[in-house]
Amino acid sequence: MFILVIGGGKIGYYLTKTLVSEGYEVLLIERDQHKVVTFTDRFGAVVMQGDGAEAATLQRAGASRANVVIATTGEDEDNLVICQLAKRMFQVGHVMARVNNPKNEEIFKRLGIDTTVSVTNIILSYMEQSLPDRPLTHLLTLSHADLAIVEASITGQSPHIGRPLSDVKLPPDVAVSAIIRGEDLLIPGPETRLQPGDEVIAVTHRASEELLREALSR
Amino acid sequence: MKVVILGCGRVGSTLARSLDAEGHHVTVIDRNQQQFQRLGTDFHGATVRGTGIDEDVLRRAGIEEADVFVAVTNGDNTSIMASQIVQEIFEVPHVVTRIYDPVREQLYRSLGLDTVCPTTLIAGLVHEKLRDNATVPSSGGAG
Repeated sequence: MFILVIGGGKIGYYLTKTLVSEGYEVLLIERDQHKVVTFTDRFGAVVMQGDGAEAATLQRAGASRANVVIATTGEDEDNLVICQLAKRMFQVGHVMARVNNPKNEEIFKRLGIDTTVSVTNIILSYMEQSLPDRPLTHLLTLSHADLAIVEASITGQSPHIGRPLSDVKLPPDVAVSAIIRGEDLLIPGPETRLQPGDEVIAVTHRASEELLREALSR
Repeated sequence: MKVVILGCGRVGSTLARSLDAEGHHVTVIDRNQQQFQRLGTDFHGATVRGTGIDEDVLRRAGIEEADVFVAVTNGDNTSIMASQIVQEIFEVPHVVTRIYDPVREQLYRSLGLDTVCPTTLIAGLVHEKLRDNATVPSSGGAG
């Protein structure tokens, strides 16, 4: 497998270092000639000087035989264009972009980037999972179907306690799939009544995630 | 019509002033407040400070009601990304993007952006001039 990494910042640097030590064929493209010299001393001849958003650079780097292109620069617009060039001009099978502004993750997906990684969003989602007071935890995104699996904790103050599920007003694209009560797994039906401490697992359209959060935290 | 121009450099400000003079509703976005001085004192349009690849900045510039969006920043990738956001997400009917790099210009034209490449335009114009001059007999000696 041949992996092209664009951008020799901290992420690109450690990514290249790790991939090389795992035995992958890697080429790191970095604009700054000084960095290229330093990195070549450390990793060997796997670093090339150039602007990854220039088609000529990608051509020189052998992008047309790359299996994966990973754009890790600090500028979202550069990462977007690098990935689009790789995909459209060099038919790279899988393109991945680091997203600096978390708002751009959604936009990148719409513009055809296969995988996006936002450090901010990753930290936020870990925070959600480790902070007990958050009413809704995002567990998993099913990106191809635009769905998410979420978990909601029912607190003692929830207005939904004791009411059957059929009474709880939820957004239309939400399927309540399971309730974890203590050690038990319940398959909920319309008559199931919520209790404090219940963990509700639901599948939702990503667009309805916020509405679901509001519905359950009321 | 309502026009949003991204980038208040020479091209952006000149275009903004002429569209404004024709009575169009013009908003100019630039990261650098000082650039708005290029618009002069008789400009009636609005200015928004910020980056054009941010949906919120675009919204503040009234992109949701815009008929035309023009991206003329000094970075090709910024212009390209902003134009794609405006075309795909805000569905503005007419988006024009300046791209200096001819290769990128070709690619994004084929992907559906309405692009202008100053590099090929100017190279072509200069080339034409040289060709015209070549047909004029030179005046005395090899000057």
